[in-house]
Amino acid sequence: MAKIEQIARKSDKSLQTRRSFLMTAAGAGLMFGFARNSRAAVSFPDANLPPESAFEPNIWCSISPDGSINVNIVRAEMGQHVGTSLARIIADEMEADWNHIKITEVDTSPKWAGKYVTGGSWSVWSTWDIFRQAGAAARTIMLEEGAKLLGAPPSQCTARNSIISYKNNKISYGEIVARAKPTRHFSPDEMAKLPLKPASEHRLISKPVDALDIPTKTTGQAVYGIDVKLEGMVYARPKIPPTRYDATIEFIDDTKAKEVPGYIRYIILDDPSHTVSGWVVVLAKSYPAAIRAADALNVEWMVGSAITVSEHDIIEHGRSLIKDPTTGTKVFNDEGALETLSHTKHVIERSYTCASVAHYQLEPVNAVARYHDNMWEIHTGSQWQSLVLPLLAKALQTSEQNIVMRTYLLGGGFGRRLNGDYSIPAVLTSKAIGGAPVKLILTRSDDMAFDSIRSPSLQTIRVALDEPQKKIVAMDYAVTAGWPTLIMASAFMEKGVDGKPYDQFALAGADHWYDMGPLHLRAITNDLANKTFRPGWLRSVSAGWTPWALESFIDEVAHLTHQDPLEFRLSMFTATGRNKGTAPNAVGGAKRQAAVLQKLAEKISYGKNTFPKNTAIGIATSFGQERAMPTWTAGAVQVHVDEKTGVITCQKIWIVMDAGTIVDPGGALAQTEGAALWGLSMALFEGSEIVHGTIKDRNLNTYTPLRISDVPAMDIEFIENTAPPTGLGEPGVAVIAPAIGNAVFNAVGIRLRHMPMRPEDVLKALKEKRS
Amino acid sequence: MPTQFSINNHPVTIDAPDDTPLLWVLRDELNLTGTKFGCGIGECGACTVHVGGRATRSCITPLSSVAGAAITTIEGLDPEGNHVVQIAWRKQQVPQCGYCQSGQIMQAASLLKDYPTPTDEQIDGVMGGSLCRCMTYIRIRKAIKEAAAQQHGSSENG
Repeated sequence: MAKIEQIARKSDKSLQTRRSFLMTAAGAGLMFGFARNSRAAVSFPDANLPPESAFEPNIWCSISPDGSINVNIVRAEMGQHVGTSLARIIADEMEADWNHIKITEVDTSPKWAGKYVTGGSWSVWSTWDIFRQAGAAARTIMLEEGAKLLGAPPSQCTARNSIISYKNNKISYGEIVARAKPTRHFSPDEMAKLPLKPASEHRLISKPVDALDIPTKTTGQAVYGIDVKLEGMVYARPKIPPTRYDATIEFIDDTKAKEVPGYIRYIILDDPSHTVSGWVVVLAKSYPAAIRAADALNVEWMVGSAITVSEHDIIEHGRSLIKDPTTGTKVFNDEGALETLSHTKHVIERSYTCASVAHYQLEPVNAVARYHDNMWEIHTGSQWQSLVLPLLAKALQTSEQNIVMRTYLLGGGFGRRLNGDYSIPAVLTSKAIGGAPVKLILTRSDDMAFDSIRSPSLQTIRVALDEPQKKIVAMDYAVTAGWPTLIMASAFMEKGVDGKPYDQFALAGADHWYDMGPLHLRAITNDLANKTFRPGWLRSVSAGWTPWALESFIDEVAHLTHQDPLEFRLSMFTATGRNKGTAPNAVGGAKRQAAVLQKLAEKISYGKNTFPKNTAIGIATSFGQERAMPTWTAGAVQVHVDEKTGVITCQKIWIVMDAGTIVDPGGALAQTEGAALWGLSMALFEGSEIVHGTIKDRNLNTYTPLRISDVPAMDIEFIENTAPPTGLGEPGVAVIAPAIGNAVFNAVGIRLRHMPMRPEDVLKALKEKRS
Repeated sequence: MPTQFSINNHPVTIDAPDDTPLLWVLRDELNLTGTKFGCGIGECGACTVHVGGRATRSCITPLSSVAGAAITTIEGLDPEGNHVVQIAWRKQQVPQCGYCQSGQIMQAASLLKDYPTPTDEQIDGVMGGSLCRCMTYIRIRKAIKEAAAQQHGSSENG
């Protein structure tokens, strides 16, 4: 599978000469509005850097003579406590004292090339081996050097809690560094050969821990991109054209803007990267002045053709694409699938749709930019710096080695900040005023207008049944949506069995582990969606909506063929052929999916409950995030449906997950709680629509994510095992919507096939059922 | 005309247009960036501060309306960051991305003044205006109850 690791490495090859800001940025004139908490366990590259006397056994960690251990983190911290999880891995293998650990969120220095991508629930999974090896390297050197100082053979010394012991003699890691001044380094190849501790010797991994990033988040001292302040900085707000593409400015009049105190001027952006075509940016001495002046600025555009496109148009275009058998990429094309379907008497076909969804990460996108010390500096929260660096270079007409991106906490990522497009107008504005520092913030309505939304989607599933109509013997499954990876990182799309590329992030989840005869699976890009808006990756990407169709459909087929939905599913997890699973991440294959489903069934006393009227449980199962690194997931949701109002109330959620080794149990639970509630929010409360070529909702007055009063009881359980860790940021999303849809059917006998499930849809379906 | 008020027990004078939202005065003039910009229309709660002891959405509060008022931000809630709510927040490991949490904590501190032993309904009613996009709601509820219990214990003991 083309992992983002590879993707990023490829795109970062050109960055090898960029100078490091990790060590040079300290004291470079940054002015934050308050003193940093010197006790903070998390630092950014300009503060609390290890001293020169520190020993760096490899690029990932260093040990200072005072015993403090710094761990370098390349992953964006956006609430997943990723620094804590990753530092646990390295510290455990190093036999370090956890109280000595500090983490540093590093910059876009070339030595991290290829690593700075945070998404896909990959962080722990992809760092597991690297950090264990790096920790083993540090431990090995401490043992060797410590043994020398203790006058003992290394094989008879033990390492524990940052101390090397031999009989009653002890020496700390800090003292070893101070006295022995070790210089030994391991190459990545050498590190890969070091022996690693068995799971039974883990002392930090899988044990509860307080997250290192939490304390400053309770005192207002945590620093996000939006908090950056540079001397002499001016404020900017864009005036965004009505269509994402092909808008050109016809007329501008700033007479009214000039009446706003603090207004400086407007700038028409010249963007060779074509990221922000037709943008005007308003400069002011304060941000509220920039907001008002932008409102007062009169701009008329010649708009792009997307101005007439609606959500309905995109879905209907998808329908015609699916009907055309020549479209799309064949992800699976098992022999006999279509033939069986064309010759079988019993065929069931259903289609499912999902609405546009906004990220609404709470910190609106923003960036500070300036030209300083012969470098373009971008200060912003980002999930994928290496994706935007080439675009920044193109926009500035310079080379990437002249640009550095500095790292900050993210006020929510959820995939929005994988696409760093918001940094481009900031840097172009700075360029237009000679490189002076500019802070560009999008207001919430700007942010939503410019969002890379989750595309609306359509899925059609068709199956052939055997003669007693009990068993699926072939499936034809077509999935269509706007493709984020095609638009933003097309070189990294995967290839189908027909050799054609497709966006794996607009398909994953449909490539299921059920054994149900030959499968014909097509991924189809919705070109009308792609031309209208910029599709984005949003938490759980396609696994947030493909299981909505697949798991609703499986349930429908079970009911139509008078079979129990749980037994029907379990009967198809035979783990044969490609569903057997492969080492190291998917060992056991579909058997592990069956296991979480069975465990869930026990947990909810499946089939043994009686419920009040219009109340029922529905189940679903999936394998977020990808086939290559499945987090086996089963979920159940109990709902009540109000037949008068159409309101669906989610009363309880149960989730059972097998994500291999759980490195940070508290963080894992927090991620799964959040992911499941995202699933609930998107199932019932979110969803927008494209109107006149852009997302209709612009703020919380009409866009209504889940609030505290909507939170159901939750029961989340992880299967204990020592398999390699997979991911947890997203998989909790996948099962919620289909479990709700299935519960609604069980409660009141209606089948909803559009997400979100709104009260009006419930009332309409109830009416149809009665008539 | 300059506006005078007190911020975290320090008197300040701000020379900015009367209709400037308090949020931007706090963040950009006073460098108190713990208070956050989320929706700009008073519906997410990230900008919540205390004005005269009451939880207030600073993004829709004009500067002129706080003349003479005593304002507390997250930075001033407790000099050591050890308000009972902050302690409970750390104990329950509430924050994820953390961006809404200053506002959540200020709102929760205000809630506990009005309802020293809040019920779930009271928590829903008061905290319903504070959006957490990471969905840390389960832990917010637990932390509020924990803080209430702590507060109750310390007032009984003290």
